[in-house]
Amino acid sequence: MSWQEICDLAGGISLLLGSTIALVGAIGLARLPDIFGRMHAATKPQTLGLLLILVGLALNVRTWASVATLFIVVGAQALTAPVTAHMLGRASYRTGASEDDLLHHDELGEDYRRMTEQQATGDEA
Amino acid sequence: MSIILAIALGMLICAAALVLVRVALGPTNLDRALSLDVLIVIVTGIIATQILRTDDPGPLPIMVVFSLTGFVGSVSVARFMARKQDDA
Repeated sequence: MSWQEICDLAGGISLLLGSTIALVGAIGLARLPDIFGRMHAATKPQTLGLLLILVGLALNVRTWASVATLFIVVGAQALTAPVTAHMLGRASYRTGASEDDLLHHDELGEDYRRMTEQQATGDEA
Repeated sequence: MSIILAIALGMLICAAALVLVRVALGPTNLDRALSLDVLIVIVTGIIATQILRTDDPGPLPIMVVFSLTGFVGSVSVARFMARKQDDA
């Protein structure tokens, strides 16, 4: 088993692992009841799955050009996934996605109420 | 080796199908934006497995374009979905 074959095998295994994690994330996305739960399934497993798939690809295609582009893809995905989930969570909270009884404790709502009360008292003073 | 790639491709296609189920079912448009973002990540994975199956590293830069435009799309949807609340 020369080191090329070992690299190919390791790449194949990590690619398989990455696609299983992506499948688990997709199952979570399909089954979870609330958008806040779905955000977990949409960001973490997908980013890790993509990272493993790209590591598998880098192990199989052993050229520096491909490894450089894969760094860009993984970096872009790792940086943008949290921002996307944050923006979607903020928009869905504001457009009333948290009215149903899935949330046990709503700190953001209390902050909103305190903020509006302060504004009200501020206007009177 | 090709068996591993075929299994991985099959799993990614099942994941894409599940995400499309969520796009169809998703109660609000924000769920759809989120799941389309996940779909783009899965398609990037499918491109990666195709690169290995065909041993042709040609479509490598497409994955960079996919990961960046996917982000811009869902963030703009989130930004404009929240606009109604800001104006009200």
